[in-house]
Amino acid sequence: MDKFTKLTSSAIPLEIENIDTDQIIPARFLKATDKKGFGENLFRDWCYHKDGSVNKEFPLNDNRFSGTILVAGDNFGCGSSREHAAWAVHGYGFKVVVSSFFADIFKGNALNNGVLPVQVSPEFLQELFEEIKNNPNSSLEVDLEAQKITILSSQKSESFEIDSYKKTCLINGYDDIDFLVSVKDEVEAFEKARVQ
Amino acid sequence: MKKTLFDKVWDAHVVKELEDKQQVLYIDKHLIHEVTSPQAFNELEQRGIPIFRPKQIVATADHNTPTIDQHLPVKDEMSRNQLNQLSENCSKNDITLYKLGHKYNGIAHVMSPELGITQPGMTMVCGDSHTSTHGAFGTIAFGIGTSQVAQVFASQCLLLQKPKSLRISVNGKLKPGVLPKDVILYIIAKLGTNSGTGYFCEYAGSVFEDMSMEGRMTVCNMSIEMGARGGMIAPDQTTFDYIKGREFAPQGEEFDEKVAYWKTLPSDEGAVFDQEYFFDAEDIEPMITYGTNPGMGIKINESIPSEDNVSFEKSLAYMDFEKGQTLIDQKINYVFIGSCTNGRIEDFRAAATYIKGKTKADHVTAWFVPGSQQVAKQIESEGLKEIFEEAGFKLRQPGCSACLAMNDDKIPEGEYCVSTSNRNFEGRQGQGARTILASPLVAAATAINGKIIDITKQLD
Repeated sequence: MDKFTKLTSSAIPLEIENIDTDQIIPARFLKATDKKGFGENLFRDWCYHKDGSVNKEFPLNDNRFSGTILVAGDNFGCGSSREHAAWAVHGYGFKVVVSSFFADIFKGNALNNGVLPVQVSPEFLQELFEEIKNNPNSSLEVDLEAQKITILSSQKSESFEIDSYKKTCLINGYDDIDFLVSVKDEVEAFEKARVQ
Repeated sequence: MKKTLFDKVWDAHVVKELEDKQQVLYIDKHLIHEVTSPQAFNELEQRGIPIFRPKQIVATADHNTPTIDQHLPVKDEMSRNQLNQLSENCSKNDITLYKLGHKYNGIAHVMSPELGITQPGMTMVCGDSHTSTHGAFGTIAFGIGTSQVAQVFASQCLLLQKPKSLRISVNGKLKPGVLPKDVILYIIAKLGTNSGTGYFCEYAGSVFEDMSMEGRMTVCNMSIEMGARGGMIAPDQTTFDYIKGREFAPQGEEFDEKVAYWKTLPSDEGAVFDQEYFFDAEDIEPMITYGTNPGMGIKINESIPSEDNVSFEKSLAYMDFEKGQTLIDQKINYVFIGSCTNGRIEDFRAAATYIKGKTKADHVTAWFVPGSQQVAKQIESEGLKEIFEEAGFKLRQPGCSACLAMNDDKIPEGEYCVSTSNRNFEGRQGQGARTILASPLVAAATAINGKIIDITKQLD
């Protein structure tokens, strides 16, 4: 897994609430048996018109916006458990997703793929949208160690929560498998001791 | 300390507690399918880690399977490859697989309960968010991502923080024609799609006590649509009677011992929940959705509400509906009855009761897709198949089908589909398709009438 400590980047705004996993990666793209290639189909049905032409109004296709931070509306990632959604976000090149609320499973999947979900207040989220719209090149700094997100031009910032175990994993690029395999003896002891 | 049902099951599965509230939770049963497992198998293989407890895994092919001509090779190459990979992975690792055509094949969340694999007091996971279905048995069951599928493969455990507890009580008596699907659509419409995030939900009260196991599964299935990782209902005599005698259920003395344990699971009187909601059964009517998330639901004869909000307006524009509009008399060309929400025998019985002696509207294309081979068999043995065929409907073969439209069962662009599935997201049933969620009764009535009717007028 990619390591994450600190990131400074401009951001792409996606001011839509309840963005579900079917929008992030439609089901017809779930037929692959590896993790590659999902980035190309991120938000596929919003990126392209029905006739296959590019939807230039969609923020990901809007030349004004660029960067490795996605700023999205409330309740991002609701819906299915498909980790393909996190692979698509990661594959496209995003390292951070900012929203005022994340669905549980997406949040976990993102963290397991080195993508940092940053939950901010609705007010700060609004401020981010305004800032990016007015100044698309505006840089945001996401500092995982300090758990802080800052709009560099105005120095307005907000702190965010992350559990310390997941934070350590991200900073070091660890995942849960190594840890779980390391406690196998205890798992076996638990199995033996169960009285069910 | 007084404990909730959730506490009792969770606490009995904690292998180890770490700092920062992380816990190693033991998983009893792991269901897998073709779409979310291949990358997990690859991960373990690459790292040289064996599958720790293959006997606790059951596999089925469901998401990406055709619903016609299942005896023939699957036409779509990528789908075929995914299914082959599941077969190879299962045989290599000694995992039971109910592949296409097997008498036990079906949607994971239909197959496992009907075989008695799902039992009270267990922890169960699957790389599918509707794993919450199994909570109907007093089971902690929830959907996981593929990284977690790999973790369970490697250790039969997950590293988790214990979620908060939520209880939703619905008391009173449901009106005629109000099905379990209406109850859960009503709850989600009232509470919204993220009200359950961070929580595990217990459904309590007389409505759920009086409900059949299949109805309870429908309710628990959609817990994730309000953001809750899972939903649970206390096991009782209805639960025990359902499990007894099923293929993989405990038998004889062992069954009695289990029942004695299961009886200790319901929440203690006075146990405290982090959040509680209460509803009256009498307030619930047959429901439909009008928007692009399951929280956008109304009573069938209500008008679409007016909200000044960009996301709300975007949603109505996608559906081509207006604020204040009624959906009664809305012409419908597609109807889907099936899915892990409503693809069980009771759902087809409910549809058949309405359909019997009537004829399908000419312009309607209806897909009736049983949730499993066993449900398909039962539809036939109970004579429902004839009722459907006489009315002009054709039964499909089991699978997830048009619920997520990974196979060929796609609703065409711009078309409305009244569907018994669980998600009305944009494009969920096909690019540009417009989904209206409803109960099997409302779906059947729509298929007969070719439009949405006020079913409440036919119920007295």
